[in-house]
Amino acid sequence: MLSATLFLPMVGALIVALFLRGSTARLVAAVVVAGDFLLSVLVFMQFDKHQSGLQMVERYTDWIPNLKIEYFLAVDGLSAPLVLLTGILGVAAVFSSWSVKERQKEYFAWLLLLQTAVMGVFLSQDFILFFIFWELELIPMYFLISIWGGGRKEYSAMKFVLFTFIGSAFMLVGILALFFSEGIGTFDMASIASMDTVDYLLPSQLLFLLFFIGFAVKLPVWPLHTWLPDAHTDAPTAVSVMLAGVLLKMGGYGLMRINVSMFPEVAQSLSLLIGVLAIINIIYGAMVTFRQTDLKRLIAFSSISHMGYVLLGFSALGGSISASSVGLTGAAMQMFTHGTITGLLFVMVGLVYDRTHTRHIPDLGGMASKMPFVGVSFVFAGLASLGLPGTSGFVSEAMIFLGAFQAYKGLTIIGVVGILITAGYILWALQRSLFGPEIVRWNELEDASLVEKIAPCLLIIFILMVGIYPSIIADVFSSGVEQILMGSF
Amino acid sequence: MMTITDLYLISPEISLVILASLVIVLDLMTDRKSLVHSLTFLGLLAPLFACILLWGELESWWNLLSPVSGEIAGESMPGMNQSIIVDRFSLFFKFLILASVGLVILASHEYIGKFRNYVGEYFSLILLSTIGMMVLVSSVELITLYIALELSALPLVALSAFLGDSKSSEAGLKFLLLAALSSAVLLYGLVLIFGVTGTTHLELISSQIVQGSGGEGSPIFLLGVTLLIAGFGFKIATVPFQMWVPDVYEGSPTPITAFLSVASKAAGFAVIIRVFYGGLPSLALDWAVLFGILSAISMTIGNLVAISQVNIKRMLAYSTIAHAGYMMIGLATAASSTSAAEMISGPSAILFYLGGYALTNLAAFAAIIAVTNRTGDESIQGFWGIGRRAPFEAFVLAVSLISLTGIPPTVGFMAKLFIFSSAVNAGLIWLVALGLINSVISAYYYLRIVRSMYSSSSDDQVSLAAAFPTRLALAVTAVGILLIGIWPQGLMSVADKAILGFVP
Repeated sequence: MLSATLFLPMVGALIVALFLRGSTARLVAAVVVAGDFLLSVLVFMQFDKHQSGLQMVERYTDWIPNLKIEYFLAVDGLSAPLVLLTGILGVAAVFSSWSVKERQKEYFAWLLLLQTAVMGVFLSQDFILFFIFWELELIPMYFLISIWGGGRKEYSAMKFVLFTFIGSAFMLVGILALFFSEGIGTFDMASIASMDTVDYLLPSQLLFLLFFIGFAVKLPVWPLHTWLPDAHTDAPTAVSVMLAGVLLKMGGYGLMRINVSMFPEVAQSLSLLIGVLAIINIIYGAMVTFRQTDLKRLIAFSSISHMGYVLLGFSALGGSISASSVGLTGAAMQMFTHGTITGLLFVMVGLVYDRTHTRHIPDLGGMASKMPFVGVSFVFAGLASLGLPGTSGFVSEAMIFLGAFQAYKGLTIIGVVGILITAGYILWALQRSLFGPEIVRWNELEDASLVEKIAPCLLIIFILMVGIYPSIIADVFSSGVEQILMGSF
Repeated sequence: MMTITDLYLISPEISLVILASLVIVLDLMTDRKSLVHSLTFLGLLAPLFACILLWGELESWWNLLSPVSGEIAGESMPGMNQSIIVDRFSLFFKFLILASVGLVILASHEYIGKFRNYVGEYFSLILLSTIGMMVLVSSVELITLYIALELSALPLVALSAFLGDSKSSEAGLKFLLLAALSSAVLLYGLVLIFGVTGTTHLELISSQIVQGSGGEGSPIFLLGVTLLIAGFGFKIATVPFQMWVPDVYEGSPTPITAFLSVASKAAGFAVIIRVFYGGLPSLALDWAVLFGILSAISMTIGNLVAISQVNIKRMLAYSTIAHAGYMMIGLATAASSTSAAEMISGPSAILFYLGGYALTNLAAFAAIIAVTNRTGDESIQGFWGIGRRAPFEAFVLAVSLISLTGIPPTVGFMAKLFIFSSAVNAGLIWLVALGLINSVISAYYYLRIVRSMYSSSSDDQVSLAAAFPTRLALAVTAVGILLIGIWPQGLMSVADKAILGFVP
């Protein structure tokens, strides 16, 4: 089941690359991601949140016995919703690429391969397997940005690869040092996390830092964020959707799966530092967002600000166990909701850009009446992004503040101010780009076609569903978080 | 006194000598050069078969000589007055060298048009050099070792000057001078070691040192060891003995460059492992540190200089210097290995790395031969947009460059993973960190080429697809890169087995 979810897109990619061309490739890609979406829903439904530990385990220990590397897939409360998120965004990515005309076959093959890589990161329970998928994602991303992107696409693609590669270099040192530490000798992430006292090869603070840098690049945490605006701005729409939607979440997921669960004491002792970094991310990201005139760049910087909230959730580790539980669950929720909301925002920007061929905010305006669907969805995405109650954005941020406030009151209060700035830039951007006096140039614009409506509708459904009934996701996350926190207090 | 057993043990080399002579004779008798080419390629089956026979002997699958001279038992079969040895280690390298030669000869198919009158000489020189390498990986005695080294190097000198133009002649001359210089250095080192221990057999040298019969810690002996490292450093192209590499790689015929970068380097590492692990294990503390330092310099300089190259062969020359650096990490692990299991993990990772590196580099060079032969442009710029004109060749080149960078699911990633994990196990975390930073640097110049191949803005639309033999070589190597990248265990256990035989 998990293997099928994992490799279906890759098989699809091979079929597309080897046998198909043109619009057939597009169609097959759509069928494949739809199938993978159903599989991920099935995985999520089958997951039993009342049962602790790993579920749906698929384990083959004889893959590389020389180094004790296993083929080991499983889901727990932390990964199950993220698998679902990957399934959702895979669909959104393919359908928002419907208008891609250039070298369709290769484009969709890379997109499908990217889906397998991301899925693999969330499903792997073996450290090296996790790392392999982590790295595998580089190649499709590099090609997708550097060939189908715009602007300084080659520069941005290379910057993305080099930043991620540096991060993963740190991570690999950490993984190997962990493996060869006295008494570990396994790449099984769950059993490493359950070991109590270990005589590490390197000081545990250093190990924590190695992993933290690896994941901080991805999240991204200031000052390692500079690749993100470039990559987002120059990437094609679908890649921005995947990048903001799931690739950034790999960072948060890694922090939780590895940093928090393997080094709980270090995470607790550094929670203040994490909180400070979080506030810098939130406020700095939001301030810079205000200055942007390019819609995509604006959303990219807002992502940095929003990922700051994820970090703020982590700082709740400085408080009691109940505070930590709420804060971490909030952080995980924020990853899920930001994935759907920002995915939607990028889809909408893509639709606008397809029609107007500009993302420059001052050039836009007065389009909502010409394109009611695009206008409404865009506004909806914006409101969800600023955390309007009733949408999923509200739930996650509220939980993060609840958790973090018990640990660091001052920091949390500054963080709440960030929400005000968010509301400011989102509303301002919406107002300038969609409303205002009608511009003659945009009179001929057409509203979204049926195919183009698929991705926004799917994402809106999930945003509303989680917003109105959050426990559908939150309970699963919190069962995973409890697992992580068990034994660390 | 040479016995039948001796002949049996060197049957791969003997069959190669016969093949080389046949190739020359056939070349005199016929004008159809493709016949010479086919003979060379198919003739390689003979030494391959001989090697398989010997491997079966070690595995006790059969005992072909038992009626004549009794059984050959055990993990290794010494012969020729103890000057050579046939064990799994040497056979591993013989297979590796034969496979590389086979692929180089396949990929030479289109290249030999450039020197139609000397096809026989070209192939027989390649075969002669191969013989040298095959003996080299088997030799356990210093004089044999030295002669084999010369035999492997001199034909390569002639081959690198084969094109006859100014660049190629310069390559040949440079290679000749520096090969001579390094031989002299090596010879001096061998003499010093002989002077102190009084023997040229590695096993005896080793036991002499263990017994502590005096002199092993003496400055003279250590000077000898250092000179050995310098001499071998030339062979595997490590900094600071790399001066010849860029010019020779650029000027030589491209198949020869491929041959140099793969087979010659593999033989060099084989002899290093043999001499240092087999002959001087008790001095591991001294030489391992030296290799660690060389490794750090090689990786860094190789990668940094590669960034600014405009000629693709020159760039790959610096890249091979960097890869020699990665491989030497495996040698540096010897210093801090305490258990036998730790002791073999380093060299075993080198063997795996060499196997993966051979596939990867041969794939890259085969693709480069195919493309540059038609475009006539060896600059990196010349690869702009070839993804359209030669999709298969570009794909294989892309896979090989990704493998050289060390990104999964290619063999390059697994090779780096194994070598780095053996180093972390030995406590060399600083070297691993440096190696990883170097991988990041290398991503920049490797991926740049991948990217430019797939840019669509190429005005020339003439197809560049290669002929069948070259495409066969491309297909074999590409499948190998991906297959071993996904399932490395097979090659890994063979490498382990090959090392287990003689590392104490």
